[in-house]
Amino acid sequence: MATQDIIARSATTTSASSIRQVEEVAKLIDVSKCIGCKACQVACSEWNDLRDDVGQNHGTYDNPADLTADSWTLMRFTEHENAVGDLEWLIRKDGCMHCAEPGCLKACPSPGAIVQHANGIVDFNQDHCIGCGYCITGCPFNIPRISQKDSKAYKCTLCSDRVSVGLEPACVKTCPTGAITFGTKEDMKHHAEERIVDLKSRGYENAGLYDPAGVGGTHVMYVLHHADKPALYNDLPNDPAVSPMVSLWKGITKPLSLMAMGAAVLAGFFHYVRVGPNRADEEDEAHHEAAVEQVKKKSNDASVKTFDPNQR
Amino acid sequence: MKKEIVRYGAGERTNHWAVAILFFMAGLSGLALFHPALFWLTNLFGGGPWTRILHPFMGVAMFVLFMGLVIRFWHHNILEKRDVQWVKQIGDVLNNREDKLPEIGKYNPGQKMLFWVLLASMLVLMLSGIVIWREYFSHFFPISGIRLAALAHAVAAFLLILSIIVHIYAGIWIKGSIGAMLHGKVSLLWAKKHHSLWYKDITRDKK
Repeated sequence: MATQDIIARSATTTSASSIRQVEEVAKLIDVSKCIGCKACQVACSEWNDLRDDVGQNHGTYDNPADLTADSWTLMRFTEHENAVGDLEWLIRKDGCMHCAEPGCLKACPSPGAIVQHANGIVDFNQDHCIGCGYCITGCPFNIPRISQKDSKAYKCTLCSDRVSVGLEPACVKTCPTGAITFGTKEDMKHHAEERIVDLKSRGYENAGLYDPAGVGGTHVMYVLHHADKPALYNDLPNDPAVSPMVSLWKGITKPLSLMAMGAAVLAGFFHYVRVGPNRADEEDEAHHEAAVEQVKKKSNDASVKTFDPNQR
Repeated sequence: MKKEIVRYGAGERTNHWAVAILFFMAGLSGLALFHPALFWLTNLFGGGPWTRILHPFMGVAMFVLFMGLVIRFWHHNILEKRDVQWVKQIGDVLNNREDKLPEIGKYNPGQKMLFWVLLASMLVLMLSGIVIWREYFSHFFPISGIRLAALAHAVAAFLLILSIIVHIYAGIWIKGSIGAMLHGKVSLLWAKKHHSLWYKDITRDKK
């Protein structure tokens, strides 16, 4: 049985099989509860059977230094000095946000290489990936990575294989502080509201939910103590959206330019049909020129009119 | 016996057709990634990944060889003041009323403009193509630059393809032009009719 819950499919202009309705899911990451233990990174690596190379220390706690084709989630550490002069250690679990309007899917040129499930999960199908990297160009969060080994794009799947059989993602399962929770998007929003009330009561007056509207909302959301300044958290975009450049590149301009090319070919064809070829035929021309000369000689005679077939 | 004069030498013709072949290869592989309706064109190149791998190399080869054409032909393509009159009479041009048009040198203003549009498109394609060549170069550029380059690449390719459609049709329309580029020769009458100033230049030289 084929998958019947695909609500969007890359490089596909007709509907994918989408009759199965399911509730939207979401992963909620409560940054205020995170202790930076990286158990989620390990769980991700274990469940997905990926072993990234042991890298170098880059002078921060971030390890590895960046997301890679083998590391789909990463703790990013920020040392922030607040207005009172206190140090705040802001730790954010980075990874695919599973946007409702995914820029990667919009940019992808290969049919079916990126799909969006009815539950909100945006998944890469490496079988169809051609390795062009357009998903990286389209992503407002800088998430997908092309593997050096096979030139395919990889990123967090939100453990679509686990979720499809009713399990929570591996990172959620392993989180020792309960900073990562998983459920329907509605439930996660309710849970976030409770957390925000609690944070506000403890002095974080700008605490809030990060579910950015610019990408239609996300299926990975953050509870932030400083929701007014998301960029504090290692450059989490304040107002992410698919770049207008990408929308223009992949939007209405494509069918319009295809139509313009088709119209140019048709214009040529009908010009040929209506006006016809332009010949410099030797015989005809020579004959014609001789005739014109003769007529010119007689041009004093008003009864003789010149006749040029080209001027009809 | 037809009287013929040489319009393009063997080097010029070879250069032209090499660019033409590469244009079709780079163009078809590019169109395959341009719109989902044309993704099937990847089959001509051995599938999606091969299309992605080959396209930039074909593009670079096209660009380099096109520069050969630029070096050969640019000095014939400088727009002059008197070209304005020809453009004003575009209706006469399109309706085969050439006798009403001003005299034309080696290239008419339409051909000259085509030359410069092709050159501009090729330059934009080459530069933006490097920026979006993920395998070797994209990591040198910021994401905003890559996005701009992706857009510029598509726009320039669109302009190039549109120009080449016009170019190919002009060859079909003006009988004798394809022969000029295939075997190099045109009839005296062809030269006199379509490029009278060039014809005078050539025949004067021979005398």
